[in-house]
Amino acid sequence: MNNLEQFRAETRAWLEENCPLSMREPVSGFEDIYTGGRHPEVAHPDQQVWCERMAQRGWTVPQWPREYGGGGLGKEEAKVLQQEMARINARRPLDSFGISMLGPALLHFGNEEQKLEHLPPIACGEIRWCQGYSEPNAGSDLASLQTRAEDQGDHYIINGQKVWTSYADKADWIFCLVRTDNSGSKHEGISFILFDMASPGVTTRPIRLISGSSPFCETFFDNVKAYKRNLVGEEGKGWTIAKYLLTHEREMISGFGAAPKKSVGESALEILGADASGRLANGILRQTIAQYQLDALAFSATMSRVGDEAKAGQGLGAASSIFKYYGTELNKRRNELNMAVGGEPALGWEGDVYDGGGTSRDWLRSKGNSIEGGTTEVQLNIIAKRVLGLPD
Amino acid sequence: MALILTEEEVMLRDSAAGLLAEKAGVPQLRALRDAGDELGFSREVWREIAELGWPGIPVPEAYGGLGYGYTGLGLVLEQAGRQLSPTPLQSAVLVGATAINELGTEAQKQALLPAVAAGEILVSLALQEGPHHAPEHTALVATAAADGFTLNGSKCLVLDGLAADHFVVIARTAGAAGETEGLTALLVPAGVPGLTVERRSLVDSRGVAALRFINVAVGADAVMGEAGAAWPGLSRTLDIANVGLASELLGLATRAFELTVAYLKERKQFGKVIGSFQGLQHRAAELFAELELARSIVLQALQAIDANDPDLPKLASAAKAKLCEVAQRATNEGIQMHGGIGMTDEYDIGLYIKRARVVQHCFGDYNYHLDRFARLSGF
Ligand SMILES: Cc1cc2nc3c(=O)[nH]c(=O)nc-3n(C[C@H](O)[C@H](O)[C@H](O)COP(=O)(O)OP(=O)(O)OC[C@H]3O[C@@H](n4cnc5c(N)ncnc54)[C@H](O)[C@@H]3O)c2cc1C
Ligand SMILES: Cc1cc2nc3c(=O)[nH]c(=O)nc-3n(C[C@H](O)[C@H](O)[C@H](O)COP(=O)(O)OP(=O)(O)OC[C@H]3O[C@@H](n4cnc5c(N)ncnc54)[C@H](O)[C@@H]3O)c2cc1C
Repeated sequence: MNNLEQFRAETRAWLEENCPLSMREPVSGFEDIYTGGRHPEVAHPDQQVWCERMAQRGWTVPQWPREYGGGGLGKEEAKVLQQEMARINARRPLDSFGISMLGPALLHFGNEEQKLEHLPPIACGEIRWCQGYSEPNAGSDLASLQTRAEDQGDHYIINGQKVWTSYADKADWIFCLVRTDNSGSKHEGISFILFDMASPGVTTRPIRLISGSSPFCETFFDNVKAYKRNLVGEEGKGWTIAKYLLTHEREMISGFGAAPKKSVGESALEILGADASGRLANGILRQTIAQYQLDALAFSATMSRVGDEAKAGQGLGAASSIFKYYGTELNKRRNELNMAVGGEPALGWEGDVYDGGGTSRDWLRSKGNSIEGGTTEVQLNIIAKRVLGLPD
Repeated sequence: MALILTEEEVMLRDSAAGLLAEKAGVPQLRALRDAGDELGFSREVWREIAELGWPGIPVPEAYGGLGYGYTGLGLVLEQAGRQLSPTPLQSAVLVGATAINELGTEAQKQALLPAVAAGEILVSLALQEGPHHAPEHTALVATAAADGFTLNGSKCLVLDGLAADHFVVIARTAGAAGETEGLTALLVPAGVPGLTVERRSLVDSRGVAALRFINVAVGADAVMGEAGAAWPGLSRTLDIANVGLASELLGLATRAFELTVAYLKERKQFGKVIGSFQGLQHRAAELFAELELARSIVLQALQAIDANDPDLPKLASAAKAKLCEVAQRATNEGIQMHGGIGMTDEYDIGLYIKRARVVQHCFGDYNYHLDRFARLSGF
């Protein structure tokens, strides 16, 4: 047995023994995802058991170095772990902005002290993070942000407002873009800073989404103190970090485009029935579903191709620039099809007969995928300008 | 017939716009929704609407209506779509009154239509049973009894079902699922023993009910027209209903588009209004073109109802399918072009996308009607 095979056997045995049965079911919706934090929202007690067991091995973040709470696994081992988890339908034990966004940025740009202070609590789900980027007048034009940070020696005093801050009312800490200098171009003078959401002067006002839940907030800073040791990278050079982090955010969001276990076509056949030859009875819907499934197949092939190219040392190809745009558009198409296929029950909003409106709420939430993390239009502009070299 | 509105029609449209905006618009819809109102509309506002005679617009003069026809009703429904008006205009006038007029016996029409036209009673159609509109698959059974019928089965998506005084229930008295022969329309009063009416909460927060029939007994005089022969009248009722819903979608999509264009002119990013970006300009211009096409096909279909045009079935499916397509696009683009604010409940655009999908679904969605349009076009 070579090392990798041995690793697979051990992993399989460990997972069999340690993954609670209830965690071998797909999550039932956003509320069922475990995000950790000082005041964790626990939909099922096994979520915490599962997270704790995985965190002990560093497997909530398998590829992070061990000294920062990770598993220290190489690419091949991480892939084996992923395959073995998929084999028993094990959920990811912890899903958070800390893991998918801040962690990668800190690993790349943080100093040793910052990594040691902030990464382990992310890995074990102790601290939950939110993202303070967008402002009322700085959305797509993120670089024009105006939240001010004044230098006070060992700390800054922060004043301003953020908006659409997901889970700001539940998060423990924030990674925030602030302006430390107004004299140069808009991309200069932006700094990337971390602070505790429990600091005096931070207030949040939840904003209700069209899907009915309230995951995002207006966030106000009124003379909030943030220590300089939590400034990531150099003062005024935060834009580079901000963009690096965004590439990770978009990867996470484009992952929503992955095809679900049960295909839309299969569901449609169950609900709407087949004609004499076994085809979906409505030819118009059949074509729309087929087009979607074909694109989803080609999209996942593209993700694999780009991934394999990167592993083979060819670097991240230009094709990766389409992920966020295409993945989120695909996810919106799938949700729109779920509504069309589901019919009357899919239009439900409340009540057990409608499963609490799961289908319609997911459908409404999916509309935000092509807005959050940089809109589809911003993504297309990036492709046109940076990849194709088209002039402004 | 010229595809323009008469002076009288323009007056009707404008007065509808005024009243609905003031009394039954988005703020009222929000208030009813947030209060968890059972009915989903205000009886008081409905009385005011009734005083203006709107429920009698499509009802013939012989039965106490205005005999003004469906082109006029379509204009009112378009305004109701613009304002997302919470009223029983669709359930009781567009569909209920039409069902009685198209399916009822002379005695039933005389007994009910004057009260329907006066807005005093509400009649709702109970048709759909499964997840999708499939009238020929009706399975609710009406078995012949000594002096009438016994009903067993269930219905869903009964519009304003909680407020309805009577239901026009489509039942099977003969034939097999999938057959249009053997369908019978029955007039069933709301309080009859064995009938339960349960509120259902849909994404657009209007009043919708599911009905359950357990050995519900009705007399022979409940049969509308002839037993087993409801199909032609039902079919015409549904064509009219779909054209009316297309009018509602037209108003709704137009309003969503106007909100979006106004926002494109107001919101600034990168030091200029976002409406100056050509990527958004072209999409807005395309939507404008689609909405103009939509307006024409709706008007043509409305006039086809009033003119007894034999092409109505095809035009009805054309209008409904086109408006499903355009309303879906206008509401989706509306949210996207608003950015983050479009995802908030506080902003109105989300209410438009919710109402749109429910109206799109009722009595057959895009896929259903595009397919039917192709069949009726002979291919
Ligand atoms: C569900 C959700 C969660 C979010 N979570 C967070 C979060 O946690 N933290 C955070 O900081 N932000 C968050 N956001 C904010 C998100 O990043 C912004 O909404 C997004 O960047 C767009 O900004 P905006 O809303 O101001 O829209 P705008 O920038 O005003 O855009 C409006 C419209 O104009 C278009 N547009 C703008 N510029 C151009 C151009 N140059 N060319 C063509 N079209 C253009 C846009 O694409 C869009 O269609 C979230 C948003 C959503 C919807
Ligand atoms: C959530 C999010 C994620 C992002 N992710 C990435 C990323 O991964 N990589 C990346 O490179 N960028 C990213 N961006 C930044 C994005 O690329 C930029 O917003 C966009 O490309 C515009 O770049 P810019 O900020 O440099 O603006 P600019 O290049 O200055 O301008 C953008 C547009 O505005 C016009 N414009 C600018 N200034 C003026 C003016 N004074 N008068 C008239 N027109 C003007 C330009 O012609 C252009 O069309 C992201 C942005 C957001 C909001």
